[in-house]
Amino acid sequence: MLNVSNLKVCYGQSEVIHGLDFSVPKNETLAIMGRNGMGKTTLFKSLIGILPSSEGSISIDGVDVTNKESFQRVASGIAYVPQGRMIFPSLTVQENIETGMEVSKLKKIPDDIYALFPVLAEMRKRKGGNLSGGQQQQLAIARALVTNPKVLLLDEPTEGIQPSIIKDIANVLNEIKKLRDITIIVSEQVLSFTMTVADRIIVIDKGNFIHENLREEVDTNKIKAYLSV
Amino acid sequence: MGGYSYDELGAIFAMQGFAGISLFSVLLLMALGLAIIFGQMGVINMAHGEFMAAGAYTTYLISSLTETYIPGFMPYYFVFSIVAAFLVAGVLGYLAEFILIRHLYKRPLDTLLATWGLSLIMQQSFRSIFGAREVSPTLPDWLMGSVQPTDMIDIPINGMFVLGLTVFTTLAVFYLMFKSSWGLRVRATTQNRVMSGAVGINTKKIDRYTFALGCGIAGMAGAAFTTIASTGPTTGTLYIVDTFMVVVFGGAASLFGTIASAFSIAQAQSILEFFISGSMAKVFTLLTLVIILMFKPEGLFASKVRR
Repeated sequence: MLNVSNLKVCYGQSEVIHGLDFSVPKNETLAIMGRNGMGKTTLFKSLIGILPSSEGSISIDGVDVTNKESFQRVASGIAYVPQGRMIFPSLTVQENIETGMEVSKLKKIPDDIYALFPVLAEMRKRKGGNLSGGQQQQLAIARALVTNPKVLLLDEPTEGIQPSIIKDIANVLNEIKKLRDITIIVSEQVLSFTMTVADRIIVIDKGNFIHENLREEVDTNKIKAYLSV
Repeated sequence: MGGYSYDELGAIFAMQGFAGISLFSVLLLMALGLAIIFGQMGVINMAHGEFMAAGAYTTYLISSLTETYIPGFMPYYFVFSIVAAFLVAGVLGYLAEFILIRHLYKRPLDTLLATWGLSLIMQQSFRSIFGAREVSPTLPDWLMGSVQPTDMIDIPINGMFVLGLTVFTTLAVFYLMFKSSWGLRVRATTQNRVMSGAVGINTKKIDRYTFALGCGIAGMAGAAFTTIASTGPTTGTLYIVDTFMVVVFGGAASLFGTIASAFSIAQAQSILEFFISGSMAKVFTLLTLVIILMFKPEGLFASKVRR
């Protein structure tokens, strides 16, 4: 579904992603794990087109999007839940979700979105900025889902969120996977979360993939060692 | 205020108030356009006054053409000229964005200079095309004259017409910004441009149409303006400063604030002008404004949200 080959990303002269190759098949959830500053967010930003890649190619469902702008990539079927949520603080919850509907041409927010996130239905009229962190995270996921993505990117969805809500988010992701044909790529530092949602785990270190394994075969102690400083 | 009886004072306030309403209408239309453009792209459009003048000249042009070729159409031309002023200024704005401004979005100071340059270019074009003398369109008869509810009060009809036009435009802008999906995209882009792109909004297209819309509204302000004063090449410059004041005082990105501040500034100016000279009236208005802004730096109405 998503194919990335020889992807390189630079900030000015310094290269931070060094030629990554990976592909994620349909209906798989891939977790990319790594410590801070190892290039997770940079990788995600270049996938959605916020940061330009300096080399390599990205394609979604066979469509090359390497030179496309963000909004065109979204139209091609990729959706993005950024680190720090980045919801629109002075739009209401409902309006926040509706911003994602330009691409999917939906007229009304589908019921299954509110079924997944009942709290958002309750707070429909509130300003997004007045929601708690966990609620904002759910809002950001809902906003990405209404674009009807084939590939959903989530950048550190558990950052700054209390453990019980982390469990909720894991359940929601598993639910989404059941309901839709969707490929999910999530970047994470919390191993327990990853182990409940991912089918495959990749460890990134200094812009290179250094370890890859299926969840069933993962040696958690080894991954923990990679994640500790 | 010595020497005036209560009746006279009441009449003075009423009449100056109605005169102020015309000023309010023009200022509000100008400020709406300016605020939309500034809110959306962070571009301070120094040429905004010239887009107003473009609208005023369009009205003049249509008036003279109608007078020469189809005099029978004179009573109705004004309505069409408002639409034409909107379109002409809008198209000019669209072109300005496409040719000049979109290349400068990441350089706010440069946009300031570039739009100022644009305003000079437009002023000179007006001078070359229409001449340096001020011009006025021939207004249809139904716009002239006034209503006299009492002996001492005259309510000018053109002022009421301009007010109606402004109310209509303001409501239309409100609807567009807060009820339409286009407005939702504009507000999203205003808050977070990068993220708007990442949820699938074509922010560049939104920019271009927003700029055109803002300029188009300035053009309508120009058409309204022709009913209260004559148009010269530098007409726009006279209004741009007041318009900036309205936007800053009202609180950027707040349409309600823009309306309230346009009203208070126009009325203060108009009523004070009767008792003291025009420039002193301006001094008092400005001083009050500065003092209020010292206590409320974000303007009259800033939206309340956690940051």
